[in-house]
Amino acid sequence: MAYVAIADRDHHLHDPQTFVTKYIWSQDHKVIAIQYGSVAILVGLVALGLSLLMRLQIGFPETFSFITPYSYYQFVTMHGMIMVIYLLTALFLGGFGNYLIPLMCGARDMVFPYMNMLSFWVYFLSVIVLIASFFVPGGPTGAGWTLYPPQAIAEGTSGVDWGIVLMLVSLAIFIVAFTMGGLNYVTTVLQARCRGMTLMRMPLSVWGIFIATILGLFAFPALLVAAIMLLLDRAIGTSFFMPALISMGTQTGNDGGSPILFQHLFWFFGHPEVYIVALPAFGIVSDLLATHARKNIFGYRMMVWAIVAIGVLSFVVWAHHMYVSGMNPYFGFFFATTTLIIAVPTAIKVYNWILTLWRGDIHFTLPMLWACGFIFTFVHGGLTGLFLGNVTVDLPLSDTYFVIGHFHMVMGVSPVMVLFGAIYHWFPKMTGKMANETLGKIHFWMTFLGTYAIYLPMHYLGILGMPRRYYAYGNTEVLPESGVIVNQGITIAAIIVAVAQLIFLVNVFYSLKKGKPAEENPWRATTLEWQTPDTPPKHGNWGPKLPVVYRWAYDYSVPGADRDFIPQNEPPREAKA
Amino acid sequence: MAEHGVTAIAEETPAEGWRSIVSDWSQDKQTFHVPWGKAMMWIFLVSDTFIFTCFLVSYMNVRISTAVPWPNPSEVFALHAFGRDIPLLLIAIMTFILITSSGTMAMAVNYGYRRDRARTTALMLITAAFGATFVGMQAFEWTKLIMEGVRPWENPFGAEQFGASFFMITGFHGMHVSIGVIYLVTVALKVLRGDYERAGGNYEIVEIAGLYWHFVDLVWVFIFAFFYLW
Repeated sequence: MAYVAIADRDHHLHDPQTFVTKYIWSQDHKVIAIQYGSVAILVGLVALGLSLLMRLQIGFPETFSFITPYSYYQFVTMHGMIMVIYLLTALFLGGFGNYLIPLMCGARDMVFPYMNMLSFWVYFLSVIVLIASFFVPGGPTGAGWTLYPPQAIAEGTSGVDWGIVLMLVSLAIFIVAFTMGGLNYVTTVLQARCRGMTLMRMPLSVWGIFIATILGLFAFPALLVAAIMLLLDRAIGTSFFMPALISMGTQTGNDGGSPILFQHLFWFFGHPEVYIVALPAFGIVSDLLATHARKNIFGYRMMVWAIVAIGVLSFVVWAHHMYVSGMNPYFGFFFATTTLIIAVPTAIKVYNWILTLWRGDIHFTLPMLWACGFIFTFVHGGLTGLFLGNVTVDLPLSDTYFVIGHFHMVMGVSPVMVLFGAIYHWFPKMTGKMANETLGKIHFWMTFLGTYAIYLPMHYLGILGMPRRYYAYGNTEVLPESGVIVNQGITIAAIIVAVAQLIFLVNVFYSLKKGKPAEENPWRATTLEWQTPDTPPKHGNWGPKLPVVYRWAYDYSVPGADRDFIPQNEPPREAKA
Repeated sequence: MAEHGVTAIAEETPAEGWRSIVSDWSQDKQTFHVPWGKAMMWIFLVSDTFIFTCFLVSYMNVRISTAVPWPNPSEVFALHAFGRDIPLLLIAIMTFILITSSGTMAMAVNYGYRRDRARTTALMLITAAFGATFVGMQAFEWTKLIMEGVRPWENPFGAEQFGASFFMITGFHGMHVSIGVIYLVTVALKVLRGDYERAGGNYEIVEIAGLYWHFVDLVWVFIFAFFYLW
């Protein structure tokens, strides 16, 4: 065939020559991954700061005069949006997706390196537009991260002049960036694997990222359409989402729009988004557990099919976010059923993780600590999801701190646990240095225990009936004296956890400078990225010859083997002779 | 690292039934026997389908939700010709032009694979010209409606969502056609210049551009059906 794939080319790749092409306008997937990751973490720090401001207000109301109701809602909105989209989605898919897919599949790069570079820079632009909204008159939007109309674009909401426009534009730009990156990831996984790397031999990390990217490509269109329509409503006065209403004592020009339509579009994106974040975490944590417990992952095929099943199901559950929006009760019945069905493949995954650990040779290295922490927080957050998936249980709990506790546990803390585990795991490969163990352990224990101190009491507050998104609670009956104290405790725990993240930053920079030089394969892992000729891998990844894969990714502690792991590219013994 | 000569890579036992389907699809190197660009275009088109589906479903939803009666498309989109109002005349011509352009595109792909550069270029340029005509007629239709007072936020015929959905959906589709015209002209000029001869006479790119073009036509059929005929 005349179409020559980059992976099969004999001649040398065009290596970047100058500093600019090597580190700034780079087309190397590894550099792009680190660019994506750094920007995501930076903007995530902004969101972390915002969450502290929110907590200060809730824990100690009437203490901080600079937090007005107006700015409080801006903090809420920007915290949520940044964390979900600009940090978690970008870091898992743009960061780890970019870094791991070509290395784990045995490719020299993504299939369209130029488009990959564009993807990052367009993402960067979307972050700039988002951050710009902090500096425009009226500040960023305070519509809540779900941006529900009519309130999002009605007079009186913070940032209605500029903030909401910049937010919607930024989302649209982000979706363009994601589409360019996502097409790359999917095509690379499907079409550019090395010899012997069948889909059913791929590490679960790649499976998770792959399916999550497909979800993204199918779910983000709904958000794009919702954003365009809301922007039209805001900018030129159409009435897609705006019913006839009286605002500030005067009738607006709107008539006949459907606010519920926005909720449907938003959650048709929003629920798969949960799994866009969770599936890469599921995949990566499977690899961390198998590697550091020196055991093959339990039920590999089931794990793959569970990822696929969760991906499919995630498109038919979106309206469980809308039980209180006034839908037909039969809808609620349908969506409650599908929601609870998702628990089946998810439970399969959790059992398989635990059975992977069972009688394993567990090494409590840094990545392993985070992976085990993930199992705890995920089981916790997942179980409260079963409560909220039932219509009758959800109705009283809806819009209370129970929901906050649930989704922070399941899609905030759990993926972040995996992110830290993954960063510590691949740090030696990315930088050639080992991360500092002591600092990392302090970081882990403070974060792990701290998040429980933050989110467990929130469930209690939610059952008491403490509603979310209130600026101040005053002397209400739902919030007794003990609730006030609990809120103060949560705030203090949040500050401690935030400080612990500084330890992580210190660790990264300290280890970059003074860390122990890493061996090529410090964790004695089987997957291909640890078998590269150079650490960190050079442009083109594999030197002169592409690897050939002979086995699945989980040959740990194979009886009769001379080591307790067999790399994927090691030929079968009889073939060796 | 692996020795180069060793090729024992296949699974131990041949699979049967459902598993054989899985193992066919999960072969090493590539899942679909198509070039990367074509695979990417297909995936992109599926993603784009979701965008247009969301637009059309939203349009149907607001059409149902609004309390004001919906304008009658046969009257709004009628064209005064030969001394009387003919319903949907302009749209019928536009649809005919766009579908004809799909035919010329298919012929261009055929000649591309025969490495007949002159004919391929000519047919692609004809396709692009049909596309440009379509966009031009759409501009005419927009102008006519705007002159009659149709705006995204109001119109004299009935529900205001009519104008909003109309301009948004046909505008988004028209943008796709315009991008397609630019894409086709670019590829056609490269074919003419012989760029793909240097790459071994591979004219997959014509087919990839064609995929996009046929998709845009197909979307138009749905917009036509749901917006003009409903």
